Amino acid sequence: MTVSTQDRSALIPLLQQVQVEMGYVPREAITEIGKELHVSTSDIFGVLTFYAQFRLTPVGKHQVKICQGTACHVQGAPLIIDAVEEELGLDDAHDTTKDGEFTLEKVACFGACSLAPVMIIDEDTKGNITPDKARRMVRKIIKAQAAKAKKSAADKNNGEAKNE
Amino acid sequence: MSNYTAIREWADEKTADKTRIVVGLGTCGIAAGGNKILDAVEKTLANNDAIKADVVSVGCIGICYKEPLLDIEIPGKPRLSYGSVTARDTKEILENIFLNNKYEHKKALAVIGDETFEGIPSWKEIPFFAPQERRVLRNCGFIDPEKIEEYIANDGYAGLSRALVEMTPAEVIDETLDAGLRGRGGAGFPAGRKWSIAADNIHTYKEKNPNSDAFGYVICNADEGDPGAFMNRSVLEGDPHSVIEGMTIAGYAIGATYGYIYCRAEYPLAIERLKLAIDQAREKNLLGKNILGTEFSFEIKLKEGAGAFVCGEETALIASIEGLRGMPMPRPPYPAQAGLWEVPTIINNVETLNNIPVILAKGAEVWAEKGTEKSKGTKTFALTGKVENTGLIEVELGMSLREVIYDIGGGIPDGKEFKAAQTGGPSGGCLPASMLDLTIDYEALAKAGSIMGSGGLVIMDTSTCMVDVARYFLTFTQSESCGKCVPCRLGTKRMLEILTRITEGKGKIEDIALLEELAPSIRDSSLCGLGQSAPNPVLTTLKYFREEYEAHILDGHCPAGQCKALITYTIDEVDCTGCTLCAISCPVDAISGAKKELHIIDTDICTRCDTCRQVCNFDAVLIDGNLL
Ligand SMILES: Cc1cc2nc3c(=O)[nH]c(=O)nc-3n(C[C@H](O)[C@H](O)[C@H](O)COP(=O)(O)O)c2cc1C
Ligand code: FES
Repeated sequence: MTVSTQDRSALIPLLQQVQVEMGYVPREAITEIGKELHVSTSDIFGVLTFYAQFRLTPVGKHQVKICQGTACHVQGAPLIIDAVEEELGLDDAHDTTKDGEFTLEKVACFGACSLAPVMIIDEDTKGNITPDKARRMVRKIIKAQAAKAKKSAADKNNGEAKNE
Repeated sequence: MSNYTAIREWADEKTADKTRIVVGLGTCGIAAGGNKILDAVEKTLANNDAIKADVVSVGCIGICYKEPLLDIEIPGKPRLSYGSVTARDTKEILENIFLNNKYEHKKALAVIGDETFEGIPSWKEIPFFAPQERRVLRNCGFIDPEKIEEYIANDGYAGLSRALVEMTPAEVIDETLDAGLRGRGGAGFPAGRKWSIAADNIHTYKEKNPNSDAFGYVICNADEGDPGAFMNRSVLEGDPHSVIEGMTIAGYAIGATYGYIYCRAEYPLAIERLKLAIDQAREKNLLGKNILGTEFSFEIKLKEGAGAFVCGEETALIASIEGLRGMPMPRPPYPAQAGLWEVPTIINNVETLNNIPVILAKGAEVWAEKGTEKSKGTKTFALTGKVENTGLIEVELGMSLREVIYDIGGGIPDGKEFKAAQTGGPSGGCLPASMLDLTIDYEALAKAGSIMGSGGLVIMDTSTCMVDVARYFLTFTQSESCGKCVPCRLGTKRMLEILTRITEGKGKIEDIALLEELAPSIRDSSLCGLGQSAPNPVLTTLKYFREEYEAHILDGHCPAGQCKALITYTIDEVDCTGCTLCAISCPVDAISGAKKELHIIDTDICTRCDTCRQVCNFDAVLIDGNLL
């Protein structure tokens, strides 16, 4: 059975919806959407890999976005990217840390060029960033995370102690 | 309610005589902390019962370097604008004005009007605004983009009403042709001509397929792919109805039944506002069946892009709406002949469509008073990079680059020298200081080897490496090449390899000739505009900045001090105070030195991350012996 052309146009919006909900497009979703729209899995893969928006692997808990638009580039964005990649142990082939805490995304112009270079961590936009400031921002989150983990471990211990 | 006069009366009544406190909350305003200002406004109002005003958030007025912005509108008084405000300023300004009748404040920016007021200058006297001509940006930063009544009260939908009620579709096309409006998406094709071809094809299509559910489509290209530009975004965020009105007029002119807006997925705020605007227009019968009580019906749907630059190309965009990989197709057939689902389709840029309501409301003759012989009207630019005043600007076509950069832009910051102006993004080129007097029009820019493009205008100074800029754009086009045609897929790859080699100090002098050989063949044999224009950044930098390529290759030297492989960091003996800040900040411990003594960088360990230079308070860190 072939899909009517108008149905086929629902493919990208459906994939986008999955991505919004899950942060990526898991395999099962691909199979399911394929069945629904009568489009082959390989065809869907073709679409997924064509568009930069789609991810096939889960995203980290914290999203770091660095603008690599032209204005940010001439104001030193490559240095910021290098600094954050080094801080998080990432490179061109790996955009998410092994512990699943951070994903680094390099994006085109945010539309805040007057503040170039621009970096966004979890919805918090920071302009006029320097490599040093970028490193500090990342470290701050790691530290907060560690403190939280420690606290919850301590709470858990306390709870257990009380129960005993 | 289906006649324009009634709708206009409703809108005027709803918007009349209001005291308004206006906060700029476009993407740039939010990034600069606009939400904190909004909070401060609300807090001040909550604490002062005497202050009675509507709080409104608007799109970007363009003066990005003065964000966050706070504007006050009081009936009978001119609108006042305050820039770079903090939460404390906000409280002060509001209390001064509403409790003490005092308008002057150290953050007062301008009166948005012709006269000075209480010592605050008119915006016509502010160098950033004075040479500008705001048409496309007529409503941006002025109206609440989420309220249709504000758009209507500012002559919104008057053009549509005139077209539908007083004119035939052919007359609308003629009016657009007479205006001489050229496409603002880059190539500059006359909008009226495109429409007229589509109208003929739709006529034929209708005869052949009388039962089709669509006879023609109007697509608004809101994919804004240039990675250094945000003009379309600002219009969509600040004045979404102007685009909807433009599309509807286009639909009437060519006989189309549906419209699609293909918007970059990275523009969530624009998408949200467009959705709302479409709903509101439908509610007021400005979209949908029998618009304004006429025979004409038109619907608009929104499609989100999915992050592919090539989808800005019209045939790839159509493939993307159809749910396919966004690969371009050879033209002809042009979309105006066989477009979306093989139905005749016109594709116009956001800014092209935004101009249409003005042409229809004011008439082609008035609209065409601005501009040059062949480039009519105005053009918006995202003025960014190494320039004092960055922002979204709009100028009459025919203005010189110099006026834009030095009068509006206020020149180059930090006492540095201008090196290049980049127009047209990855499809454009870099123009040198000798071309500062070039007029901004389609022909002059093309003759200089660049293009008008959609409006990216990035200024570069002596600390920008032109080989690196060429490499930057090639990295972009190479990764965005869809891979369908060989010249683009492999050609961009080869060029990128060569450019990378040169920036890494491994270039050979033959590489320049190789680039010059590759570029024209990629330009002439690629399938779509992406490949055809990809060599432009390389060709223009080779043409105007050849000595920089030669310095990299022959002397192993990057004159701008940017290419990591070719530069060395040192600390100046005289200026170093031994404050230890650089040593503490260095992420790889490459700097040694005792307190109050000269510090030294171990160049073998140094990764050229630039941290030491940026943290040094005494300008003591040098690149290749120079202070950058
Ligand atoms: C690779 C490529 C990317 C493009 N990106 C855009 C874009 O982002 N926005 C746009 O309006 N036009 C873009 N265009 C131009 C469109 O193909 C088309 O010419 C334009 O939308 C027509 O509208 P106009 O006549 O109103 O300018 C692009 C072209 C190419 C080849
Ligand atoms: S280039 Fe980075 S925000 Fe525009």
